[in-house]
Amino acid sequence: MTETSLTTKPDALETILLRPTRGWTALNLGDLWRYRELIFFLTWRDIKVRYKQTVLGMAWAIIRPVMSMLVYALIFGQLANLDSEGVPYTVFTYAALLPWQLFSKAMNDTGRSMVSNRNMITKIYFPRLVIPISTVLSGLVDFFIAFLVLIGMLFYYKIPLTPAIWTLPLFLLLTMITALGVGLWFSSLNVLYRDVGYMLPFITEMWKYLTPVAYSAGYITGTWKLIYALNPMAGVVDGFRWALLGIELDPSASVTMAISVGVAIVVLVSGLFYFRRMERTFADMV
Amino acid sequence: MTSPSPVLRPPSANSLAIRVENLGKQYRIGTAPEKYRTLRESIVNVATWPIQRIRRGLAPSGTEQSDTIWALRDISFTVEQGSVLGVIGRNGAGKSTLLKVLSRVTEPTEGEVEIRGRVGSLLEVGTGFHPELTGRENIYLNGAILGMKRTEIDRKYDEIVDFSGVEQFIDTPVKRYSSGMYLRLAFAVAAHLEPEILVVDEVLAVGDAEFQRKCIGKMSDVAQEGRTVLFVSHDMSAILRLTEEAIVLEGGQVVYRAPTVEAVDYYMTSGFSEAGERKWAADEIPPNSAPFRPMALRVRDAKQNNVDVVRSTEAIHLEVEYELHEPIQGLRVGLYLMSARGEYVFTSFDTDEPEQYNQFGIRPAGHYKSICTIPPDLLNEGRYTVGMNASSFRIKRYFMDERALTFTVDGMGAPGKQWAETRMGLMRPRLQWRIEEQ
Repeated sequence: MTETSLTTKPDALETILLRPTRGWTALNLGDLWRYRELIFFLTWRDIKVRYKQTVLGMAWAIIRPVMSMLVYALIFGQLANLDSEGVPYTVFTYAALLPWQLFSKAMNDTGRSMVSNRNMITKIYFPRLVIPISTVLSGLVDFFIAFLVLIGMLFYYKIPLTPAIWTLPLFLLLTMITALGVGLWFSSLNVLYRDVGYMLPFITEMWKYLTPVAYSAGYITGTWKLIYALNPMAGVVDGFRWALLGIELDPSASVTMAISVGVAIVVLVSGLFYFRRMERTFADMV
Repeated sequence: MTSPSPVLRPPSANSLAIRVENLGKQYRIGTAPEKYRTLRESIVNVATWPIQRIRRGLAPSGTEQSDTIWALRDISFTVEQGSVLGVIGRNGAGKSTLLKVLSRVTEPTEGEVEIRGRVGSLLEVGTGFHPELTGRENIYLNGAILGMKRTEIDRKYDEIVDFSGVEQFIDTPVKRYSSGMYLRLAFAVAAHLEPEILVVDEVLAVGDAEFQRKCIGKMSDVAQEGRTVLFVSHDMSAILRLTEEAIVLEGGQVVYRAPTVEAVDYYMTSGFSEAGERKWAADEIPPNSAPFRPMALRVRDAKQNNVDVVRSTEAIHLEVEYELHEPIQGLRVGLYLMSARGEYVFTSFDTDEPEQYNQFGIRPAGHYKSICTIPPDLLNEGRYTVGMNASSFRIKRYFMDERALTFTVDGMGAPGKQWAETRMGLMRPRLQWRIEEQ
């Protein structure tokens, strides 16, 4: 599709050429940029609607990670007595639960987003990428609310902040990139194969155990570390604990972190192109 | 047709708003909208691919295409900027697919389309409305979905609220709205999009008369402002009133293009054989219908053609064809006529008259047709649904299909058509009037 001028002058109308596309196509990020307000409005809608008609409202953004933390603290901290690298187990696991819950919710919601927004997709044109992007963004609000609790815990346990905390936004970005990349794959596949919707809870569960949410990355040694780093969320969790709790990174951290970031970018870019490739069939197949 | 078109403008400076060239849209039937593939099927497909490949190689060519249909094929036409084009055709003729391609919802399979300007559609008012959000919030959300900028919505906000007539409830979640309020608000947003090209599909079929008047009014406003309008409707009167030129779609192709009066005439007089007929297949009939076996229900015009559109000024024949495998006592075969909004117009049975009632006390086994004639100048223009019922009073209901068939009554030539307005009521009789000067 070619698009020329975007001016609002009536005599300089934008011309759109529609013709069949085949195979891989350009990402057309310009079009996405023009619809940035729609990204904002859909994100805002998701946030606005999420806790409607609940008694506890926004408190759920805190209750869910805190409950998970308490369960983990009881089972893995008390009963299994896992090592938490010198910080209280509760804060150790909570620092990992925050990015993890952001990720798992974003991945699950994005994976289903094409199907759940099918009435928009089959009736109106807009760059379809708007939907997964706004779905991922809308999870951030919950994250920031739950983050306030973490700040409280850091004060309570008198854990000193280090300059490393300034790197936290980068790890947050890595979480979002991973979630969007994986979500794009799942959402495109879900249009064709509804099996994806059934697989997602299971995939989430498996992925959680592959990510050191409940345990310390220190348990992984030798060449396993390189395989373990293929999971970008492992890099995220290590990064969060390092930036917030001052837990020292493994000497090989630069390598494993590079692997995590590399994998996340590959997943995102391939997801974007796959999504664009499948986009033309969405309205007919969903 | 005498009613003058309200939108007459000099032809614009030869600039095209839409150019469609050899457009084709193919759908795969097996994977068409509601049916989706499962992973298992795909895995099976991959596993059996070599075998299928060999079979296909051996089988006569052409079998590969058998599971696809062309919803549109070889469509070429142009629309000048500022003109109002009607699109008419039966259900399944490809009208909706054409609009979907033009509004960029779905991609063409072949050919190309060039569009100059923003396309807005009154195709689906209220798309993206969220029930939990308030009217105000939905205006912004829906506006953004339709492609409006926030500043644009800010500017038009008061006008939108005014037009919708729901200002009292603007801060109430729309899930508490009545369906009429919901529709009015949704339409208000869509109507203020101010696109260069407006696509309208059958909005007139929903909502009350007041709402329909607003829609028509908005459409002629848009047309008068010199924008391009594409108007799809079953309502021939509206097409005649609002468009200057029309194309007729049939089987996914443009079969006719002419000034609206001629195009409508062509559409209404050409025998579209499948239209106006409902046949019941064996598997659609419940076993307890026996010994009554419905075959078909047809809507026929004065010339005995099956038709989808009938003129209100002509007699309409509703014909039920059926078989009795055994004699039935006290059988009555009848019809319900309902308006598009579900109001009953009448119920009538073939043995209502004492004469027929006595003659068919016991109806012998055999092959029958019961034909009901609706006299000319009875029904108002609009879409009607025919239901069918076969029963023996207080003994058994053999068969019933409440929505067997629909047809459109066109008001061309009906009383009062010199005024371009929607007449209230389901009937449009030609009544005697005397004007006496005292």
